[in-house]
Amino acid sequence: MMAENCAIIGIGQTKYAAIRKDVSLPGLLREAAIRALEDADMTFADIDAVVLGTAPDMFEGVMMPELFLADALGAVGKPIMRVHTAGSVGGTAGIVASSMIQTRTYDRVLCLAFEKQSESDAMWALSPAIPFTPQLVAGAGGYFAPLIRSYMRRSGAPDDVGIMVAVKDRQNALKNPYAHLHVNETIESVTNSPMLWDPIRYSETCPSSDGAVAVVMSNEKIARARSKKPAWVLGTAMRTEATFFSGRDQVNPLAGRECAKDVYAQAGITNPSKQVDAAELYVPFSWFEPMWLENLGFAEVGEGWKWTLEGKTALNGVLPINASGGVMSSNPIGASGLIRFAEAAMQVRGQAGEHQVDGAKVAVGHAYGGGSQFFSMWVVGSETR
Amino acid sequence: MTQSIAIVSVAQLPSIRRDQLRDEPELVQPVVTEAMSKVGLTQRDIGFTCSGSSDYLVGRPFSFVAAVDGLVTWPPIRESHVEMDGAWALFEAYIRLLHGDIDTALVFAFGKSSLGPIPDIMNVQNDPYYVQPLNLDSISAAALQARALIDSGKATERDFAEIAVRNRRNAKTNPNAQVKGDFDVEAILREATISSPLRKSFCPPLSDSCVAVVLARGDKAKELCKRPAWIRGIDHRIEAYSLGVRDLTTSVSTRIAAEKVGVNAKKNDIAEIHAPFAHQELLVTEALGLDASVIVNPSGGALAANPIMATGLIRFIESATRIHAGEANRAIVHATSGPTMQQNMVAVLEGE
Repeated sequence: MMAENCAIIGIGQTKYAAIRKDVSLPGLLREAAIRALEDADMTFADIDAVVLGTAPDMFEGVMMPELFLADALGAVGKPIMRVHTAGSVGGTAGIVASSMIQTRTYDRVLCLAFEKQSESDAMWALSPAIPFTPQLVAGAGGYFAPLIRSYMRRSGAPDDVGIMVAVKDRQNALKNPYAHLHVNETIESVTNSPMLWDPIRYSETCPSSDGAVAVVMSNEKIARARSKKPAWVLGTAMRTEATFFSGRDQVNPLAGRECAKDVYAQAGITNPSKQVDAAELYVPFSWFEPMWLENLGFAEVGEGWKWTLEGKTALNGVLPINASGGVMSSNPIGASGLIRFAEAAMQVRGQAGEHQVDGAKVAVGHAYGGGSQFFSMWVVGSETR
Repeated sequence: MTQSIAIVSVAQLPSIRRDQLRDEPELVQPVVTEAMSKVGLTQRDIGFTCSGSSDYLVGRPFSFVAAVDGLVTWPPIRESHVEMDGAWALFEAYIRLLHGDIDTALVFAFGKSSLGPIPDIMNVQNDPYYVQPLNLDSISAAALQARALIDSGKATERDFAEIAVRNRRNAKTNPNAQVKGDFDVEAILREATISSPLRKSFCPPLSDSCVAVVLARGDKAKELCKRPAWIRGIDHRIEAYSLGVRDLTTSVSTRIAAEKVGVNAKKNDIAEIHAPFAHQELLVTEALGLDASVIVNPSGGALAANPIMATGLIRFIESATRIHAGEANRAIVHATSGPTMQQNMVAVLEGE
């Protein structure tokens, strides 16, 4: 199906933090963009088109920010697209950009995603009062806690699985210089943190972060000529289901299952738990690690939590999940999906430094959004298929 | 030819000033259903779905998430969204179809301009640090451009009035238009200015509507439509943000896009131009290099119907409608985004 191979030849991230007071919105994006371009041995002048992803405009108070950011992104005189698919947006932006390469629409695309949560209040922006619709006034945690409780009931998972994930991800984050949270998390510190939305404790949630990520993608010819170690896009997929459909299973959404099935088929993966070396999954609340392990076909239904408790998802486990520290350690919302995609690519490029998974050749990037209803995934490899 | 992509079906809700009865799913559902059913398709037959809209019009985050509830998403669908005019959703769908693994796509856009004070809301598109505090509303920004055009000697207020009159006269035959009829140039020139030199008739109406397009590739397009509107070229470009660094009397990005798609490689019959303000039509026709024989905005354009975020996609719809009907063979489509037309798209549609 894919006419042209898409390579990832440059990746740049900002330092993630609660408040990046030192940079404006353009400054934040340029920090990531320039690092990605340096990695790709390019400048803005080499780029044919720009794809920008970010979550609701209300998070920063700028409507359609690609307009105001056009100059800062080096897009003047070029095409620029702005993607918005809720929490999955970073992933979807990556897919749109890779699609432009694969279809030979452009040869070199700069894909960026960002959120500067400190400009606004995400809890407010996520809790609008919409006429004739019940107001949740609970943020994302209030929405997802019942799904987690339902998962615990169905699977019989013990109470401490979420705690284990939080400890693992925060310990991984200590090995990632860009991570927002650098805390020496322990079972005790997570257990003793306040309960926010039962069963989600304070330390079992993601932080609110400022940050941006940039990825330079190119066709095969350019990648072979310019990059010592490109990552190759082996498959991409997105799936959507409606928010209000009574037949859907929000704990194990069909859209997620079908998205995974589609992307594995493209990448020639028949046994994901064996053939995937590392995965960066969108886990904003610790319990979503076992839930996504099952949803994406890594673990059997009802078994995901065992993987976590047995240490299979640890950095030295059989399938390291979120070696970067994941969304649990850095969460610039609109960027979080593309960070997953980029971190997966870093693993197969051998570029992940202290959080490198030894010998990673095939990695999965995953993002989801809305009420567990928007999914985007890619599989990247150290070799073309 | 098998890789060629065409518009095979379109649907629109008539543009009206205020649609109080419909929320997002209620706007979307009837229109996408009509567009698909005209060519005998249902959501199950669609390979990819993409939409364009803006949260700021509705005044809430994730407005497009609500719109998804107007689609049949069971089993789950391949779906994406741009926070841009629906014309760019069509562009994303066009690229998706180029992969060759699917052969149909559904594109839709909705705009409820009635929910807030649009000119003030559009100020939120500006630089949040230095310009938003000045409250540069969209009419004032457009007025700066119109003034620059007059000062450059390229146009007069009378030209603007004549454009407004022609568009709204053309709209008389458009059942989806909101402002239409025979207006008088002299009377318009006596109107008070809103933001000098813009008078009410030089400005677009504000509309609520939802529109949809079905795209198909190669043989599938021929199977679904007797005379598909083939997309022969599509390109879009952006310019610098700051008004101060741009020559407001010309549209550089339109010109680049026009060259890329080969606007004047053949004889054009019609052009649908997304020019919300009358003077902007002059800028675009000049940048496109259109021959005087080309009929500009047979639908009445944005001056007759302006559901923001859908107005650009409507240009594709109005062009495709005329190609489907055999009234035109080659159409130039233009869509715009941003203050004083910062970003512009140009496409070529052909019937043969």
